[in-house]
Amino acid sequence: MITAEKITVSFILNDTPQTLSVNPLRRFSDVLREDLCLTGTKVGCDAGDCGACTILIDGKQHNACLTAIGQVGGRKVRTVEGLSKNGELTPLQQAFLDEGAAQCGICTPGMLMAAQSLLYKTSNPSEQQVLDALGGVLCRCTGYTKIVQAVLKAGQDQSSPPVPKSGNAVGTRMVKVDGRKKITGEEIFGADQAPDDSLWLRAIRSPHPRAKFTYDDPEKVLQKYPGLVKVLTADDVPGNNGFGIYPHIKDQPVLAKNHVRFRGEAVLALVGDQVSVDCVSEEDLGLSWEPLEAIRGLDGALAGNLEPVQAQFPDNTLSRGYVKKSDVEKGFSESYAVAEGIWTTSAIEHGYIEPEAGYACKVGKNLEIFVCTQTPFMDQEEVAQVLGIEPKQIRIIPSAVGGGFGGKLDISLQPLVAVAAWILDRPVRCIYTRPESLASTTKRHPVRMNAKAGCTREGKLTAFEYRGDFNTGAYASWGPTVADRVPIHCTGPYFVPNVLSQTRALFTNESPSGAFRGFGTPQAAIAHEALMDALAEKIGMDALEFRIKNALRKGDRTATGQLLENSVGQVECLESLKSRWIKWRKEAKEFNKKTANTKRGIGTGCVWYGCGNTSMSNPSTMCVGINAEGKVTLYNGAMDIGQGANTIMVQICADALGIPASQFDLVMGDTDLTADAGKTSASRQTFVSGKAAQLAGEHLRAQIIHHAEASEKATIHIEGEKLIAKDDSGEHVILLSDILPQISGDVLTGKGTFDPPTTHLDENRQGNPYATYGFGAHIAEVEVDTLLGTTKVLRLAAAHDVGKTINPTQVEGQIHGGIAQGLGLALMEEYIQKVSENLHDYLMPTVGDMPEIEVILIEDPEPLGPYGAKGIGEHALIPTAPAILGAIKHATGVSIHHVPATPDCVLATLQKAGKNG
Amino acid sequence: MLKYFRPDKLEDALVALSEYPLTLLAGGTDFYPARVGKPITEKVLDLTGIQGLRSIQQTDEGFSLGALTTWTDIIQAELPSAFDGLKKAAKTIGGIQTQNAGTLCGNICNASPAADSVPNLMALDAKVELKSMQGIRTLSLEEFILGNRKTAKKQDELVSNIFVPHPGKNAFGNFEKLGIRAYLVISIVMVGVVAELNEQDEILNLKVAVGACSPVAQRLRLLEKECVGQRLKSIEIHPKHLELLDPIDDVRASANYRNAVVPELLKRAITGVV
Ligand code: FES
Ligand code: FES
Repeated sequence: MITAEKITVSFILNDTPQTLSVNPLRRFSDVLREDLCLTGTKVGCDAGDCGACTILIDGKQHNACLTAIGQVGGRKVRTVEGLSKNGELTPLQQAFLDEGAAQCGICTPGMLMAAQSLLYKTSNPSEQQVLDALGGVLCRCTGYTKIVQAVLKAGQDQSSPPVPKSGNAVGTRMVKVDGRKKITGEEIFGADQAPDDSLWLRAIRSPHPRAKFTYDDPEKVLQKYPGLVKVLTADDVPGNNGFGIYPHIKDQPVLAKNHVRFRGEAVLALVGDQVSVDCVSEEDLGLSWEPLEAIRGLDGALAGNLEPVQAQFPDNTLSRGYVKKSDVEKGFSESYAVAEGIWTTSAIEHGYIEPEAGYACKVGKNLEIFVCTQTPFMDQEEVAQVLGIEPKQIRIIPSAVGGGFGGKLDISLQPLVAVAAWILDRPVRCIYTRPESLASTTKRHPVRMNAKAGCTREGKLTAFEYRGDFNTGAYASWGPTVADRVPIHCTGPYFVPNVLSQTRALFTNESPSGAFRGFGTPQAAIAHEALMDALAEKIGMDALEFRIKNALRKGDRTATGQLLENSVGQVECLESLKSRWIKWRKEAKEFNKKTANTKRGIGTGCVWYGCGNTSMSNPSTMCVGINAEGKVTLYNGAMDIGQGANTIMVQICADALGIPASQFDLVMGDTDLTADAGKTSASRQTFVSGKAAQLAGEHLRAQIIHHAEASEKATIHIEGEKLIAKDDSGEHVILLSDILPQISGDVLTGKGTFDPPTTHLDENRQGNPYATYGFGAHIAEVEVDTLLGTTKVLRLAAAHDVGKTINPTQVEGQIHGGIAQGLGLALMEEYIQKVSENLHDYLMPTVGDMPEIEVILIEDPEPLGPYGAKGIGEHALIPTAPAILGAIKHATGVSIHHVPATPDCVLATLQKAGKNG
Repeated sequence: MLKYFRPDKLEDALVALSEYPLTLLAGGTDFYPARVGKPITEKVLDLTGIQGLRSIQQTDEGFSLGALTTWTDIIQAELPSAFDGLKKAAKTIGGIQTQNAGTLCGNICNASPAADSVPNLMALDAKVELKSMQGIRTLSLEEFILGNRKTAKKQDELVSNIFVPHPGKNAFGNFEKLGIRAYLVISIVMVGVVAELNEQDEILNLKVAVGACSPVAQRLRLLEKECVGQRLKSIEIHPKHLELLDPIDDVRASANYRNAVVPELLKRAITGVV
């Protein structure tokens, strides 16, 4: 029996004396959050690797997760909750809000505290001091740029973006509608809330990539640990013990039965009090493993010497993708120059700083699940079939999401807590540890690609061929989507008359690969951009000119034969970078003349990416209402995972309705209260849900006009329960309290639905898979140390055609964050099972790794989009790695064919080419 | 017996250690990461209440760094230029959070092959003072660290301080660390150097140690010997100097890579002392 002796600890917490009786070895972060309900201090790793838990002890920054509460006695502690006084933000917090330094906000408390410790020492720090101060806090969303700006601006001549007036919200730098709570610590993420009487759930996971297993009768362990309430096994799942993105492939068990297919797969789940579930060991459970030889890597999947990963896929092939346009053979035969190569990439972790967390709770005959998710409506359906009940019996209440990037499109703890709460009729909560999150959730597909492109003597592309094998891991997840999406995009944003692309998603006994910002296209872009560089070099043309020459233009047909009629800003993006390109290349040349072993180079990369699901209906519905008191609420089903959908939707809807955005209230994502706005994925929310928000606003406006008998051009004001429509004929007043309220409590409502028009793709996958595409280009400057193989990205300019910028601050934030992830993909990130199951061996960029970034926004309006807007989320990441790799080539003369281009990889390549030193 | 003991006197700590096996806790920067998602069941002796241990003192013989000396304390202390390498290392550890909490002594007791303090302390000829109820033992750092995560510390002992003898008058320290990112870096390879120079910038005395290329950081004594009398810039590194190194392949880099970059890093560390 575990007993924890307690001691008394007294300290000053946010200026107030505190005395606690606690187990002295508990992490201070845990005590703050669970005992003192100060959940502003976040936990991303419990290991000192992420800095989310940074607090001040005696004015200095410390990781609360590395501090024993027993060590805090007599000290002065400040947490994020103790920054603002009487509701007044500190200059630092105000700067974070104004600059858009918080996206998802999970790193924000740590960032604020780290920055504050510096500002206590000096009110006017240098940039280097700011970097040093923030070096221990990871952010996966912002690329750090706006955070650094905010700290530098704090307390200086700060001016906040003006609050937009009626009809003027779109296009402004309006601060985030949910920004304030992200910088005060009030935002509630998945781990920040649960009913007081919740039981805890901890999954027992496989330590082997492939194994058979048995365990003892759970009764035994229940007797040993009185605090343990239940040991869930596969047999306890009331409905289908399987989940998966595709309706016909529910291949991943909630709890494995007898046999596991990857390290990290859940086999049992312990439910009970927290101490008990933590203490039960594998021995207690009598778990015994019979490890089997695992299928590793693509070659393993293709070898065919072992039992297939899943019996229903005998050749380990989950799915194939294909696009054929005209005749590549003919195209190549007519080419003057041909380039080809093989590229490989690694598994990449999403690296959101918030590990998966939430709880489930039975309410009458229904079940409520509070969880961090990118897709509440899919979660609802998925959990329903696991429980064998109707979807409408399940309510998903999304928490604020501390980053997703595709990783929270798959369910994680939802079915586990759901089954437990359903069976036990008790609330059950679960928080993944970082190692658990890393081991058990999806990754970006590792890929091996073989690609070839040809052009004429004048530099016009003639043909493009692509073959890609994607390691999809043990379960299907989004593998088919990746295999499908890549062939469509694999040429890059260029006009190519002849295209053949083929992909396969192959099963292995590795982490399931799923959706990750770009669905395989960031990997493919590495190949197509390297080929563009190679062809340009072969015909002696400048690499940027070559791209301009071949860029898709209005009137061109894509690889799937789609005629591009509107919003094709690729040439403009490239043109806008040209002067920098020339200047930077010249400067690099000058620099290199003076140095022997430090070489600079400039490279470029381009992107095009379809917004929305591929050749599939993917509607969004938005609702907006006014209640009798004159409160306007947007019921937004488009999950804000930090990217800012909450703000964007309000901006759009406010302008469509014609009232100031500041008058809006918001409900996000709740499946009971909002309509389905689809997934936050595929860069679809601004374009698809944004359009729905516009239509909803217009719909409500039309009703108001109708009710008030005013003219179309009337302006609308709400003053308490009076709604006033003013037009040439005067004021028309509606008394809102006179109108009978609907079920939602609103008296007037508007609804809008938008489903982007796409077409079926034929047997050669010809057709219109997407209603619109975003375009962009990056140029990057790197410095390579040719003796050590280290690469530093010095500066990067990013031009993106976003159709219309709804909020420049947020668009820039998306681009900065995309660049950071692209940089990580290019230079440092590689997930290796067992080895990198923590955030000091899985390396993501820190604040000091970021280049100086310039963002150029091109607006070639998309007529279908809200006010001309289209997506940016994924586009931002895709060109970065190719630009960096191109820059390494320019600097050193060697082509890197594998990412990450770690110092080891770069030096080996240089050595092979005889170019080290 | 309590599961947790945080005495304010060293004597009390030693008494407790003589009675029970205890896990030592100071800055927590190694203790907690090793216990993510695991219950903490062992008995712990928390040293952070012993105020006398957090001090940097100069004596006739040299410098005594108390067991609770943090990385930040090192960065902020006024120390001779021979400590510059150690200071540089301190600034590269984790983020400032880790520097504020983590201790030098904890770093050597954890005995990771990639421990950042070790090459520098070796180059400073540091000694480790171990106390127990039985008395005091002093070991050189090389005697103290026996292998990957293995030290000569006995169950009933604690490291009370690290002692660094007075470096020569004109001694300079330097440190080079190779990692993959800018902050929160774990070394692929690192080099600590202390060089004593004459007025012509010739080497009178050189101490060099390489970390993360063998289970325990290694002093390169042959190189040190051959460099005496040479100018910093003219030093050449040959394979025979590196025979003691035995790097492995790990998640951060291959053994080949480590072997390839060590000479260059050594050159940079040595020429960079002034
Ligand atoms: S939670 Fe403390 S550093 Fe990550
Ligand atoms: S805003 Fe920094 S992690 Fe999301």
